[in-house]
Amino acid sequence: MKIKDIKDGIKDGLPIALGYFSVSVAFGVSAVGANVPWWGATLISLTNLTSAGQKAGVDVMAVGGSILLIILTTLIINMRYFLMGVSMSQKVEEKMPIWQRLLVAFGITDEIYAVSMGRKNDLTGAYMAGLIIPPIFGWTGGTLLGSVATNFMPEILAEAMGIALYGMFIAVIVPPSKQSKKVFAAVILAICLSVIFTYLPYLNRLETGWAVIIITIVVSSIAATVFPIKEEADNE
Amino acid sequence: MSNSYIFASIAAMALTTYFVRMLPMAIFRKKIENRWIKSFLYYVPYVVLSAMTFPAIFTSTGSVLGASLGCAVAIMLAYFNKGLLTVAIGAAGMAFIVQFAGM
Repeated sequence: MKIKDIKDGIKDGLPIALGYFSVSVAFGVSAVGANVPWWGATLISLTNLTSAGQKAGVDVMAVGGSILLIILTTLIINMRYFLMGVSMSQKVEEKMPIWQRLLVAFGITDEIYAVSMGRKNDLTGAYMAGLIIPPIFGWTGGTLLGSVATNFMPEILAEAMGIALYGMFIAVIVPPSKQSKKVFAAVILAICLSVIFTYLPYLNRLETGWAVIIITIVVSSIAATVFPIKEEADNE
Repeated sequence: MSNSYIFASIAAMALTTYFVRMLPMAIFRKKIENRWIKSFLYYVPYVVLSAMTFPAIFTSTGSVLGASLGCAVAIMLAYFNKGLLTVAIGAAGMAFIVQFAGM
């Protein structure tokens, strides 16, 4: 049933690819705005396949931050993939060989993970290939277009695009905040701390990457201690 | 920005990102049982995205007013469970309109 699995995967992967394409145009625009060349932006998307981590990494690059800071920023922002990887490892078919597991790991993004978990059957290598490959093309192609087209794009349009990635983050934050007061409380606390780190004298001298790391560790620790999740919330 | 710095940065980002994704897939065949760690990891995406978005979103375009209204549109669309694409385009569209109007 390999052919059917590949087809199923592509059918589920195409909408993700289209969404990625348009959002990654914005990433390409913002990366070039941060003085990363077009080929650098495209290479980042091809090798990273993640939005928030890339944006944060480029933010650090823009101010010439150290490689250590880039590693720590990427690590902390992408730590959620660790948890997703754990549940993904339970969901792929048991007999999946290790080389396929290692390839599937590259494709763990918020959206691909969400779709994978929604599939009834155990995940086969064929299905995952169909699901992951179109988004890689969408994400990389959009970045290429966005980073090359900035030169031709009217400045006002390029500027307005700067908000698009943040819009995508809001789309991830808001629905769970609406459903769970605990998530909402964590979100509000994170925003308050972030505002403090941005505007308070002395604290605002801290590089953005470090501020994000500190806020994430502090707020997630508090939330985990005060509002531990129920056992059935495992797969969220 | 020198090419060697760009390559080193990209390699650092790519290897770190892949490492985080690969490690559990290669190692974990059983679920993590520690409730605190599970809870911590559960909150991370929302906390990190909130900290990255606010207050940076307000200065993400050429106009603070445009960005603020774009942000409001994004929150509204997300509240009604619109997809990533709709929310992102809605925010950028609103920001563009306000800037186009010269505000």
